[in-house]
Amino acid sequence: MVTGPKRLIGLAFVAVLVFWAAPPATTQQRPAAAQRIVSLVPALTEMLFAIGAGPQVVAVSSYDEFPPEVKSLPKVGALLDPDMERILALRPDLVVSYGSQTDMQAQLARAKIRVFSYRHAGLNGVFATLKDLGDAVGRTTDSERLSREIRSGLDAIQARVRGRPKPRTLLVFERDPESLRGVYVSGGVGFLHDMLGIAGGVNVFADVARESVQPSVETMLARAPEFILEVRATGLLAGADVTQAKRVWGVLASVPAVQQGHIQILTGDHLVVPGPRLVQGTEAFARALHPDAFK
Amino acid sequence: MSRLRASRFGGQETLDSVAGAKTRARDTRAHVVPTPIRTRLLKTVAGFGVLLIVTCVIAPLVGSSPISLARVFDRSIPFSENVDAQIFFVARMPRVVAGVIVGAALATAGVVFQALLRNALATPFTLGVSAGASLGAMLAIVLGATISAGPLSAVPLACLAGAAIAAAIVYRLATMQDRAMSTTVLLLAGVTLNSFFSALIMFVQYIADFSQVYRAARWIMGDLDVGSFEPIMAALPMLAIAFAMFAWLPSSLNLLSVGADAASARGVDVGRTQRLAFVSASLATAAAVSLAGPIGFIGIVVPHLVRLIIGVDHRLVLPASALFGAAFLVVCDLAARTLLAPLEIPVGVITALLGGPFFLWLLVRKG
Repeated sequence: MVTGPKRLIGLAFVAVLVFWAAPPATTQQRPAAAQRIVSLVPALTEMLFAIGAGPQVVAVSSYDEFPPEVKSLPKVGALLDPDMERILALRPDLVVSYGSQTDMQAQLARAKIRVFSYRHAGLNGVFATLKDLGDAVGRTTDSERLSREIRSGLDAIQARVRGRPKPRTLLVFERDPESLRGVYVSGGVGFLHDMLGIAGGVNVFADVARESVQPSVETMLARAPEFILEVRATGLLAGADVTQAKRVWGVLASVPAVQQGHIQILTGDHLVVPGPRLVQGTEAFARALHPDAFK
Repeated sequence: MSRLRASRFGGQETLDSVAGAKTRARDTRAHVVPTPIRTRLLKTVAGFGVLLIVTCVIAPLVGSSPISLARVFDRSIPFSENVDAQIFFVARMPRVVAGVIVGAALATAGVVFQALLRNALATPFTLGVSAGASLGAMLAIVLGATISAGPLSAVPLACLAGAAIAAAIVYRLATMQDRAMSTTVLLLAGVTLNSFFSALIMFVQYIADFSQVYRAARWIMGDLDVGSFEPIMAALPMLAIAFAMFAWLPSSLNLLSVGADAASARGVDVGRTQRLAFVSASLATAAAVSLAGPIGFIGIVVPHLVRLIIGVDHRLVLPASALFGAAFLVVCDLAARTLLAPLEIPVGVITALLGGPFFLWLLVRKG
């Protein structure tokens, strides 16, 4: 029932729903570089591998799928069900955890194990996290290099779409199959909103200072988006295709995106994990919104 | 009026005050000539009916975005270009209609369950019907089911199946020992089944992933934003049957709420009435929950509010609860979609937040 890719959607949701915009990640006093790391946050696992700290990672969360190396590592639970015994048995010197896992963090503190506490917070939060994480694992130069790469990747995308009209976009990341109920879209904070901005789109819910908004049919009609972009970590909508989506959205006949057929579904966990692959995700947004810019 | 202020449940006084016309004619203790039931029914229905009509006229005019009525009904603009008309007919009207039928169904089901179980605390969700429905919905969400039947999509379909299974189990248990239903067994079986299904729901949620858990949790808070008339049309036949069955019930319920023995002594076919009450109220609950999720509080607050206003005669309470429940839910949904616009407050939160204090105020004032 709980298949691998589905867990990634879960992660996406953690990213988008569970947490509010929060101050950037912080480390608690930090001596030597960590050598045995347990990472319970998939986005940060990706960062660790991308800055060359992969060999230091001894266990990951049950949601981790990327990079492929994590598949052979022990899985020690996740946000709600960290397996404390196994974590302690692995004798880590750094545990990367969510900011909300306060009980576990207190337990780790009693065991004198260092904790890297993380909360999702927009694109700038990604860079701040990368820096802190690099420092914590003794990979400062690598993390600076990765930050520069991500920045230049995003700059390149921004340059490509510059000067083009910016479609007012509804960025959907959840919807009941076959209907317009249970629709969740990106509000005006968070990395999805930031990615959309770089990809040359204007978020129709930019004024709502939340990561996720559940809009009513009325609000979606009133906001009249020119583009509807649905992102899915994986094929949650079984057999979902653009035709089906267009039929479902067809109810909102007065919405410009519906009239002009500007509805797209993008699939892949790189779209919803705020890690090193967010350049790919942003480019996917940009290609969907501005196909001409990539010809 | 002292006869109408009789204790709400049980007691000889209640029996005397609300038993059918035959009893009343023989009642030598009557000091006041009672207003004929037909007149009172007419007055009650007229009063609550006007309230519902006013609510239903105002509700579609108000929302998170201002619309112009002139534009809504302007035929010169094609419908697909007319945002105001789309908001009015696609977004608001289905919500109001869904609010009316769900509110009416839950309120009347509450009345019937309270009489059937002779328990003031009974709600449409007491007997496990909604827990069964919720488990069905949860499974449909977690398994990502895409089955559908006509206008019914996976979640409502699974919801109805879960409700039917729960109702069947409770019914079978309550009718096992003798021909009539045992109210005690019914209540205990229902409450136990509720806990059992809740445990299953927790288990399913635990093994599900975040997005599904979130959707499931949101579903439980109730939502009337149905987006079209299709889901309403799917729920309507079930509700029509349930309401037709309700029409047979009021006089028998008056006697039944006093006690099975007393009722049967006065010529009520107790077994038949109980079955009718259980099946109709379960059907109404299942239909309402499948359409809008288990919106709480209406099933308990509305019947009691109505009783505080018009007394305990089911011939008045049932229709009045249907009308008042409908108006109440439409108002709650109006609050849900406008208070924090463009954000929405789950309507189940509003029903409890509005209904609770209002009910307490009325309780204290009447007391």
